[in-house]
Amino acid sequence: MKAFLTLSKTMTLGLLRDRAAVFFMLIFPLMFLVLFGALFKDTSAPQVKVVQVGDVAVFDDIPAEQREQLRDVMVVDKTDGSRAALNQALADVRKGDADGVIYAPETAGKSAGSGPTEQVELRVSGADSAKAGSVRSVVDSVLQQANQKATGQPPAYALATDRVEDESVKQIQFLTPGLLGWAVAMGAVFGTAYNLVAWRKKRILRRLWLAPVGAGSVVSARVGVNLGLALVQTAIFLGIAVLPYYGLKLSGDWWLCLPLVVTGTLAFMSIGLVVGALAKSEEAANGMAQLIVLPMAFLSGSFFPLDLAPAWVRTLSDFLPLKHLSDAMQGVLSRGESWGTALPVMGGLLLFAAVLTLIAGKLFRWEAV
Amino acid sequence: MTISADAFAISAENLRKRYGDVQAVDGVTLQVKRGEFYGILGPNGAGKTTTMEIIEGLREPDEGSAHILGESSWPRNHRLLPRIGVQLQASAFFERLTAREQIRTFGSLYGIGAKDADAMLDRFGLTEKAGVRDDQLSGGQAQRLSIACALVHDPEVVFLDEPTTGLDPQARRNLWDLLRDLNKEGRTVVLTTHYMDEAQQLCDRVAVMDHGKVLRVDAPDALISELGVDSLEDVFLSLTGREFRE
Repeated sequence: MKAFLTLSKTMTLGLLRDRAAVFFMLIFPLMFLVLFGALFKDTSAPQVKVVQVGDVAVFDDIPAEQREQLRDVMVVDKTDGSRAALNQALADVRKGDADGVIYAPETAGKSAGSGPTEQVELRVSGADSAKAGSVRSVVDSVLQQANQKATGQPPAYALATDRVEDESVKQIQFLTPGLLGWAVAMGAVFGTAYNLVAWRKKRILRRLWLAPVGAGSVVSARVGVNLGLALVQTAIFLGIAVLPYYGLKLSGDWWLCLPLVVTGTLAFMSIGLVVGALAKSEEAANGMAQLIVLPMAFLSGSFFPLDLAPAWVRTLSDFLPLKHLSDAMQGVLSRGESWGTALPVMGGLLLFAAVLTLIAGKLFRWEAV
Repeated sequence: MTISADAFAISAENLRKRYGDVQAVDGVTLQVKRGEFYGILGPNGAGKTTTMEIIEGLREPDEGSAHILGESSWPRNHRLLPRIGVQLQASAFFERLTAREQIRTFGSLYGIGAKDADAMLDRFGLTEKAGVRDDQLSGGQAQRLSIACALVHDPEVVFLDEPTTGLDPQARRNLWDLLRDLNKEGRTVVLTTHYMDEAQQLCDRVAVMDHGKVLRVDAPDALISELGVDSLEDVFLSLTGREFRE
């Protein structure tokens, strides 16, 4: 027990005093969470931007209360009614700076049209059909409401809508488990590989062999330090993600992410053991660790979802422990999933860890030859 | 445990070790008496380090056996480990720890308290450098720290692998004094070295090795007079030849 505590302390000090390691394992992934979380915070509300050139009566007459509601889905910028302003607005739509232009026919020099019907001209870009569609439907609904109101009758039909409980994933719900999984993987693979290579090179492994210390103390100290690091990473990530600014809502059995992180750490440590057995220098260990973790993170959808990825990528990702860890964490953290999701993944991660640890055992060397 | 084995601090019988095509150790037999200062000399690749590592219990010999203080050193022997102190060739320090933390860590692994560990640091003149990290120490300081770490648990038998390699003359002489004191306290000291003057100054007896075999064992003065030469260096050269070794 004493040897375990001594070695844990030694490893922790060695880790915390390695500024580069602290940066890459703790601060770097956290920067991703803080920045990505802020960048993609509002992407879920599709808001369109429309330029109104000159006076368009039906828009100018929208009551204040209704205008307030409209602002959630459409921003209207009103410019003066000159030809230059119109050309400018059309140019903005072409460049994608605005999603649509509305104007009265007179603004373009056309006649107002005959009869009581007042025309509203709308121009949208064909580049983004989804946005063009929502501009058209919002403008259309404004006109329909105005028409209906003009009849002086109550509406014959009314549409009652409400949202169903949202199954789709908010960015923060996706980013938190993905980036946390990446951070945990980096810490475990790098920490384990680096430690193994450094201690072999400096002959500390040999020195410990000659001290009355069991192999179990050495291994459990390393595992303990890595689990501690992973749980600290988890606490910091969740702590930031649940801030009102980022708005992650934890669901019932969110704490299941803790055993998931623990089993995931063991799986990634086993990768680190293999890397540490193969690498001849600390630099090589670092490079190999990055070469494994970064592609694994991309292929596991840590940074962006794999929904649009080709089928072979998704097939490949099924073999990566990080993908299953991130998916399961997403499930238990914010989608109300529980043991049913977490248990098979924990089992799989432990199995993965066992197989790779066996391989690492075969590759293990005491000496840097 | 036989009485004859226990009379010696170290006894190795017919050790052999082969790495691929190289017969690194080829039938080494040697005995070191209790309290003796014993040197293993030989050119690079003579098998000194491998012989010592087999005796320490770091490697399993292909043939033969090694006993320290009457106990077999292979397989790893938990009763024996606290009684021997080993300084490895490369400085085996934990990364990014200060001198004080290094020796306290090693002490703690042997159940030695911080106070005793600090006393050992003081004895090796490193108290001033206690807060300095291993990679900031000079060669002599690092070497002294590495020996201090090997001695922190007060072992009866001490193994030192080329302890003065890379040190300036002042640091070497300083270390010699420390090693003599260790031996005077009754510890058995075994060291390997390239420096014949060092062996001549320090060792009660030396074993000259080459090609994995022990060529001659005796007191330095006895070897000098036996071969009718002026110094241990001449003994060494006449036994191992003058051709250049890699």
